[in-house]
Formats: sequence, structure tokens, C-alpha cells
Amino acid sequence: MAVPPEAAGQAADSQGQRDSGGVRKALQRRERVVIRFVGDSGDGMQLTGMQFTTESALAGNDIATLPDFPAEIRAPAGTLAGVSGFQLNFASNQIFTAGDEPDVLVAMNPAALKANLDDVPANAVIIVDREAFTEANLKRAGYSSNPLTDHSLDKYQVIEVDVTKLTTLAVKGLGLNNRAVFRSRNMFVLGLLSWLYQRPTQSTIQYLETKFKKTPDVLEANLRVFKAGFNYGETTELFTSSYSVPAAQIQTGLYRNITGNTATALGFVAAAVKSGRPLFLGSYPITPASDVLHELAGFKNFPIYTFQAEDEIAGAASAIGAAFGGAIAITTTSGPGMNLKAEAVGLAVKTELPMVITDIQRAGPSTGMPTKPEQADLLISMYGRHGESPIAIIAASTPADCFECAYEAVRIAVKYMTPVILLTDGQLANGAEPWLLPSVDSLPPINVEFRTDPNGFLPYSRDEKTLARPWAIPGTPGLEHRLGGITGENLTGNISYSPANHELMIRTRARKIACITQEIPPTEAFGEPTGGDLVVLGWGSTFGPIREAVKQVREKGKKVSHIHLRYLNPLPKDLAETLRKFKTVLVAEMNMGQLLKLIRADYLIDAVGFNKIQGRPFKVSELVNRINRTLEA
Amino acid sequence: MATALTRKDFVSDQEVRWCPGCGDYAILAQVQKTMPEFGIEPHNVVFISGIGCSSRFPYYMKTYGFHTIHGRAPAIATGLKVTRPDLDVWVITGDGDGLSIGGNHLIHVLRRNVDLKILLFNNRIYGLTKGQYSPTSEVGKITKSTPAGSVDFPFNPITVALGAHATFVSRTIDVEQKHLGETLKRAHQHRGASFIEILQNCNIFNDAAFNDVSDKGIKADHQLVLEHGKSLIFGKNRDKGIRMNGMRPEVVTLGQGGVSETDLVVHDETNLALAFMLANFDAPLPTPVGVFYATSRPTYDGAMNQQLADAKAKQGAGDLEELLKRGDTWTVN
Repeated sequence: MAVPPEAAGQAADSQGQRDSGGVRKALQRRERVVIRFVGDSGDGMQLTGMQFTTESALAGNDIATLPDFPAEIRAPAGTLAGVSGFQLNFASNQIFTAGDEPDVLVAMNPAALKANLDDVPANAVIIVDREAFTEANLKRAGYSSNPLTDHSLDKYQVIEVDVTKLTTLAVKGLGLNNRAVFRSRNMFVLGLLSWLYQRPTQSTIQYLETKFKKTPDVLEANLRVFKAGFNYGETTELFTSSYSVPAAQIQTGLYRNITGNTATALGFVAAAVKSGRPLFLGSYPITPASDVLHELAGFKNFPIYTFQAEDEIAGAASAIGAAFGGAIAITTTSGPGMNLKAEAVGLAVKTELPMVITDIQRAGPSTGMPTKPEQADLLISMYGRHGESPIAIIAASTPADCFECAYEAVRIAVKYMTPVILLTDGQLANGAEPWLLPSVDSLPPINVEFRTDPNGFLPYSRDEKTLARPWAIPGTPGLEHRLGGITGENLTGNISYSPANHELMIRTRARKIACITQEIPPTEAFGEPTGGDLVVLGWGSTFGPIREAVKQVREKGKKVSHIHLRYLNPLPKDLAETLRKFKTVLVAEMNMGQLLKLIRADYLIDAVGFNKIQGRPFKVSELVNRINRTLEA
Repeated sequence: MATALTRKDFVSDQEVRWCPGCGDYAILAQVQKTMPEFGIEPHNVVFISGIGCSSRFPYYMKTYGFHTIHGRAPAIATGLKVTRPDLDVWVITGDGDGLSIGGNHLIHVLRRNVDLKILLFNNRIYGLTKGQYSPTSEVGKITKSTPAGSVDFPFNPITVALGAHATFVSRTIDVEQKHLGETLKRAHQHRGASFIEILQNCNIFNDAAFNDVSDKGIKADHQLVLEHGKSLIFGKNRDKGIRMNGMRPEVVTLGQGGVSETDLVVHDETNLALAFMLANFDAPLPTPVGVFYATSRPTYDGAMNQQLADAKAKQGAGDLEELLKRGDTWTVN
């Protein structure tokens, strides 16, 4: 989702921007198109999708993407388990999701077709590599007959292209082996689709030139195949027209395309730079969080320390050590790692050290579905530590929002001297959207002030407004003190077993977390700010589908609104009062009703839940149906 | 430094609360006595511990301290030392904390060679939880949790450390104050992860566990003090030595059967194979104490900070504005 323009109402400038001089075929206009590229996990579908996304972003479209890949790195070729997909929605108006169903399915083999066909609506275009539909491949995919010839695809517009043969012809004479030729098939497809939707191709050519700088023959092969695909679209009679999707009206400024994990990493870097402190990440590789570690490992000069720890516990524990020493301390993980880090997070709660625990949620329990998103870690974030252990929780709602949320998590952590849990998920992590680059000056300040004055120093004295204790780092003369997990006496932190003191400390830490409400802007209801029939309450990556669904039902005249939470603990002070303005509160979540439970418990509001736990985001249509049903009830 | 540091500069105002007679007192006293000799002011020193009797240690040091969670002190210390190489960071752990629940962190901190001084108090028992067998308890140990005797084979802390390719591996004894002090100094001089196993008596749950090497009457015949470049000689009368019989070490008596000092093994701290052999000494061979192994290898914290410095030298200081704009950008007018 891109930022909509401040001033709406400009007429769309559709085709004027594109040089269509070379296009001889008809050019039809489309407002939005959803393409899904699917193939073997070794077929390069993610790369094809990302490149098409970049081309579309440069064409000025609003975009949203949803990669879908198997947990297996290389499942046996041609099997259903090895199918990897990338869905892209690009549009000339504002969009919020990667689309419910594809208008175009590009399937590189029978398994890819079979695994995705259920999502494809009638009359959609299906482009296949005909030669991949061999007897052996059909058998591997579990087809008893060839769908290209048995009329089972009659309700679709099937376009059969000899991708493998045409790719081979394009690189003839370059002396490439069969494997290298086979691996560049995706460039043919990218070229073909680039023609079909009249994408600017310069970014892909530049990408290939950079990637294969050191292997000129491979570069030449990829360029030839890419161009061959583009030209094939122009010359073949399979396509009677190409399509234009004009640029969207979006807020002016400098944009880049960004995934949630990259945005998260950049948010942390920005926070460290603004705080003037080094960044430390302690992390153990886990899907889908590892990319944050990869990104940050490349920014050493900022300075950023990345420590690939021996396990999840050490990831969190090392961050605590870095926080004690005055660094901006981060640990990143996904579901299973949250369980393992819990004891360390409890120590950070008790010793009131600032750190950010980033949970890029995936489908659980246990190993679950590591590459699929879910929102079922809200309650473990709230309560998943022994003892009374309140913590701040922030959740990002779109890929680009991960930047702001990562930044905000650090800001809250150091201002309130508390660990903060940042929740994103697998969909945000790998999904991409255009990001209006913020100016560094516009980011809110992050003031780190270490205690230096030994006069009257007490490790657990508190700031009046935030209840934060002083950050007194080793190396400071006169402030030598001992932190520990054992209950400490108020102010001094010395070991104390006084019953009243124990309760005082627990209540004080809880009050401190509650103070964070003063950071939260007033709750805004999209739709009917003053109340109405129904409000959909959401958090995290459900933002896109909920907003789109609410827009659609509002277009039908229904008094439906949307509230999306960034701050999950503490909840906004005005939330209860805002929710009470609506006759019905519908909480839509990709779990069994975790926010729903909090809302009902904290506010005694009789909210109802809409829950999906399939490792897939809500479809807009599912939400629209549910909203309508709820309104009718 | 305005005035020379004294022991008092390292003694906190907290009342020490180990059981009367605990070996931990002697270790604390020797650490507090030795620290001033390093010339590092207390505010630049950090003691980090896990959980267990020994892990109360930081409360009693007038330095920065962190009593953390069970087994994780090496990981917490790693995060601190990497980002704050200016600090003198010590880890206090025990046989349960360091070799059972925290075994993973201990071996990794040793192999990485993080510049930490690690003191493992080995009393071969769980004291804080009141007397269960530990990963260093001998087979057959009868405790509350093993009324029929333990059936699991123990860890030898020295071979664990050597197996992890620690760069400084030593053993000393709580009551051997002079040796303990000297070992602390050697460990502190070393750049990298310095590992000291301190044989420590738990007089409540495992009294006299190390009597053979700590009892004044008999220890000379059971304790072999390792000194680099010197022959392996021990015994009340300094007349026993270690000789190689083929590939096997044996105890010989100097002067008997024509054995002279030239027949004995000479200790070489830089020889890992010798260190392993010594670490595996079991009766009737004596128990070695001292530095088994010391070698030089780049430290993890040093290497990481070097990478950061190199990146800065090559790319310049990080430029956030530029970083945000990386990749394909486009302007919407």
C-alpha cells in the first residue's frame, strides 16, 4: 500500500506517460492486475516476482506482494511440496492487499498448476510452459491425464508457451549447459509478462548487469532470454493485445520498494543513529526472521554489532548484556524462539533494561508452518513469562510500517527502560510495498541520557513522568551497582525478601508500563469516527484486507469502520470508550481470538471474533462476507 | 589513578551470606585481594554470574555486577564485552550453572575466545537446591535425587574446556590461597577466554570432596603443581615424578631403578595433547593444578570490533539518509 495523495481528485493520466511507439498491438487499460508466478522452488519465481514488482513500482503503480514458499529448500523437483509462488497486485489506484485471487497464473510445471488452481477464478489467464507437462512431471504432480489436453482447464484462458525451447534457442551459440539454460527460463517469463503489461525493463537489465558482472556469458544469456521473452509477446499471435496499468495517484516524494524484514532492520538502524548509540543484535537463525540478521550484518560501519548466537537464549541474553553496557539492544526471532527467550526477557523486565524482542510470527504451535504467517503470539507476548512480568508490545501493520514500529519500539524501550516486544509476521516480513522514504530529520528524537552523577545515585530511583529508572552503565565512576533477577529493594535494588516491597516493585513496574499510554496518539476510527453499526478491530498484517473490505462495504453504504492497533500493551487509553461508540465490535485476527480475549477481559465489551488460522492472510471477500453477515445478525 | 587501589575498594557493603565454612569465602577473599594488583578501577570491572551459590558473588564485589539467570552468564557477558571492550569482564559460574544448564553457552564462549575471565566453582554438588548430584559428581554418588547412587558419568571441566579449544585452561583450589591468587593473575594477563576451574568445598552437602588435594596432611602426594618448562614432580619429599611408559604416563620415584629428573615429562603449556593427557589423570596418578594450556588466538570481541573499524575505514561512518535510499528508488511528482 502506498500513501494516498494529500489532495485527491486529479484526473488519472493513463497512457500518456508510456512510450507506446513500438507497440503495434492493441493496448487495453486495466485498473489493477493480480499475477501469481508459481514454479519449482529452484525455478526462480521469487526473483521473477520481485523484479516484476520493481518494474511495476518504477511504472508508478501502487503495489502489494505476497510470496509463498515451501519450508523445504529444495523439495524433489516437480512435486507439490516444492512449489514456490509469488503474488503481486499492481494498480493505478490505492490497494491494500496482494489480491484475493490471481487474474493471471504463470505456472512453470504441472505441480505448480495443480497446487494453485483452486485459487484461480474462471476466465482467468493461465500461462504455462507446455514442455514442462511431460508424462514424468504429470505423474510427479499426481495428474492422471494432461490438463492441457483433457479439457479440465476449459473455463480458463490457457496460453501455452514453449518456454524451454524458446529459451534454448535464445542462448544458442553461447555454449551454456542444459542446466544453465533451464535456470534462465524465468527470465523468458519475466520478459513476456513485462511486454504483456508494458513494464519498463531498464531496472531488470540493470539488475542482471550487476548480478552477473563477473560472469559475462551468463549475463549475456539472461539478457538474451529476457529480451526474447519480451519480443515473443510482441510477435506471437497468442496475445492479441497488451495491457497498460497507469500510474497510481500517490503522495509525492521519493519511494523505494521494501519488504517488512528490510524495513524492520532499517528502523533499528535509524533508531540507533538517532540515539547516537551503537546497535547490537543477538540472534539465532530462524525462518522467517533471519533476513533481519542478514541485513544488519551488512551495516557494520554504523556501527552495528551482529552476534549470531549459539541458540535463541543466548541471542536474548547477549542483547541484555549489550543493553547493560549502553547499546541499543535487539534480539530477533520467530515463534519457537519466543518460548526459549522467555526467561531472559523476564530478567530484562525485572532489571528494567531496554531492549527490543522482535517476533516475526509464523504458524504454530511447535514447528508449525515456518514459512506461513499467523498472529498467535500475542498472548505469549503478553503473558508468556512466569511471575507478573508486564512488557510493552507494538505490532506493525504493513511492510513499510515495520520501519516505524521498529523505530518506535526502540524509542519506547530506552525512554521507559523496559524491554519491548515488536510483533510482525511472515507475511509482512516477505511482502513488499512502496515506501515513501522519511526524511531523517523528521524522525522523532531518541534521547539517551546515561546517569553520570554519583550524588544520590540509586539504581531504582525513577523519573516522575515515565517511572523509568536511570541507565547507569559500567565504566561510570561512582555508580558501581549490582543488578539481578532476585527481588530487589525499592530504590537500592539490594536483595530483599520483604513481602510489602515485593508487591511494591511488581505494582511499580506495572504502573511504568501503563505510563506508556501517554505516548499513544488518539485512536482513529476509519469510516465513522463518531460511531456506527460495526467496527472491525485488527492489529498487525490484517490491516490491508480489513481496510479494503471496510472500504468495499462502505461503498455499499454501510456504516462500518476500522480501527487498527499499533500499541497492544498498553492499549490506548481511549480505546474502550471509542469501541463503545459502535453497536458491534468485530475482532478479525489470524488466531483463535487472542486480542478478542483481551478486549473482552479488559473492557467487558461483548466483542465477537472472526478468526482464520490457515497460515494465509484473510481474503477481502471473506471479510466482506463476515461483515455483512454480522450486520444482518 | 590518584591513589593505589586496595582490597577495600573491591568490597561491597552487602553482608556475605554463604554458609559458614563454605569454600566461596576463600575465593571471594582472594579475588578481592588480587584485584587491586591489576590496577583497574572498580568502575571498569564487571562481574556477571548465573544462578547457584557461587553466583551470589557479584553482590559482594564493589564493582559493576549482574546476577543473571541460570547458565546464561557467558552469553550476557559476551554481549557486554563485544560492545564494551574497554571493560574488564568476569564470569562467575559453578558446576551446575556452567556445565549443566549453561553447558552450551560455556563451550561456545570458550571456542569463540571472548576476552572474559571465567571462574567455575566446582563443588561437585548442587548446593543452592540443597544437595542433588551435579554433572561433575562421581558415578554412584548418593544424594537426595539419587538414593541408589547416580548412574551418569561426570564431566571433567578441564577436558570440556580443552575440547572447546579454550585458549587458557587452568585449575586451582579454594584453600590454596597463594596458588589461587597466582592463577587469577595469569588468567587476567591472558587475552581471550581464561577458564579457571576452582575446586571448592561445600561443607554442607559434599564436604571433603577434594580432601586428597586440599588436606594439608596428604595433599602433597596427590597434588601435581604444573609449571611451564618444569618437570612433573610431586610428593611430600618431592621425589615422585611422571614418566612416559610408551604412550602412557606413570608415576615413578626419583632415585629408584635409576630414574632421574631427565626421565620425567616436562610441562609445556602450549602443548594441547599434553594438556589433554594431564587433564585425564586419575588415581593413582596425581591431580594436576595450575595452567594446563595457554595459547594465543584472536579474541572474538577484538575481531568483531576490527571488522567494524575496517568497515568504517572503507565505507566511512554510516550515513542513514544514504542507507534509506539504497536500491531502486523512484520519485512521484
